[in-house]
Amino acid sequence: MRASLRPSDPAVSPAIERVNAELFTLTYGAIVRQLLTDYEEIEEVNKQLDTMGYNIGARLIDDFLAKANITKCTDFRETADVIAKVGFKMFLNVTATVANWSADSMECSLILEDNPLVDFVELPETCQGLSYCNILCGVLRGALEMVSMRTEVKFVKDMLRGDDVFEIRMKLLEQMPEEYPYKNDE
Amino acid sequence: MPGGAREVAESCVDSLNMELVATYCKRLHPTKPDLAGRRIEAIGYQVGLQLAERYTRERPRFTDHLESIKFICKDFWAEVFKKQVDNLKTNHKGVFVLQDNRFRWLTRISVDALPTTGAQNESAVAANAARASQAAGQYLYFPCGLIRGALTNLGVPCAVSAEVTTLPACEFNILVLKRVE
Repeated sequence: MRASLRPSDPAVSPAIERVNAELFTLTYGAIVRQLLTDYEEIEEVNKQLDTMGYNIGARLIDDFLAKANITKCTDFRETADVIAKVGFKMFLNVTATVANWSADSMECSLILEDNPLVDFVELPETCQGLSYCNILCGVLRGALEMVSMRTEVKFVKDMLRGDDVFEIRMKLLEQMPEEYPYKNDE
Repeated sequence: MPGGAREVAESCVDSLNMELVATYCKRLHPTKPDLAGRRIEAIGYQVGLQLAERYTRERPRFTDHLESIKFICKDFWAEVFKKQVDNLKTNHKGVFVLQDNRFRWLTRISVDALPTTGAQNESAVAANAARASQAAGQYLYFPCGLIRGALTNLGVPCAVSAEVTTLPACEFNILVLKRVE
């Protein structure tokens, strides 16, 4: 993946336009609510959210690579760091921590203590199986696939279900050979 | 966590809006554009209700419909679309037309354009414009719902429709519904 932190540079370029999070948070909430009405199966809602995220991630990656001050990542560990420190910061304005690496460095967790998607949200009893923030898994999967990493991404801890943090488990399944139609500019 | 001061990248809002349209118009109801539109409008309505509630917490009640509509044109628009409505017209019989010459959510839309070189240049340009307006229309279900929700919260029951004039300009038509006494 073409991304790693250049320590001397500010992590995020000032070219990012920011808006009040309220509209974003409420819009996401209303979408989840509508999907819950449209589908009887909660698992299907989780799947839809993941698909929406995948499509968003596949588009956002360009924006990210264009605006973030980063260079090519050498391995999955570096990629995870960039996602946690630059990606989450740039888009959601929060920072994630990378933790719980597997011995083979193919699997890790992103820990979020703060998450704008869930401001004002409380899950009713009837939504216990809902992975409310599942869109984030899709975003990560979609973005990583665009830079040749096939992954499996899922929530293993969820504050809306009573956990102390949000924990996103990210597993690298396959690194496809890079075949860019262009050359890196470095 | 108080939502007021928190900020996210605008591309989050844009992406969510684009994907919302793609989900309902292309994936869930590709053959039923009206149904897709109603679903998206309903989502906007919920958001409008909640936003108006938040934005007016510190204000005295509006005394008439015109005052509520002006609030939408100025404060609400500025919060959500980062500018004010450019022109407000009314027939004084319950119809209001809000004109935005550069509607923020239409400024970043791209449409697959037909080639515009050669002999069919003019017709291709016209066809592209028509396609662009049609595609852009899908992105107005949500703001229509947003406006209807906000006005409903302010005690103005209404129906809202929109049309794209020349991208990225558009007009929102608000028809205030008579209350059944």
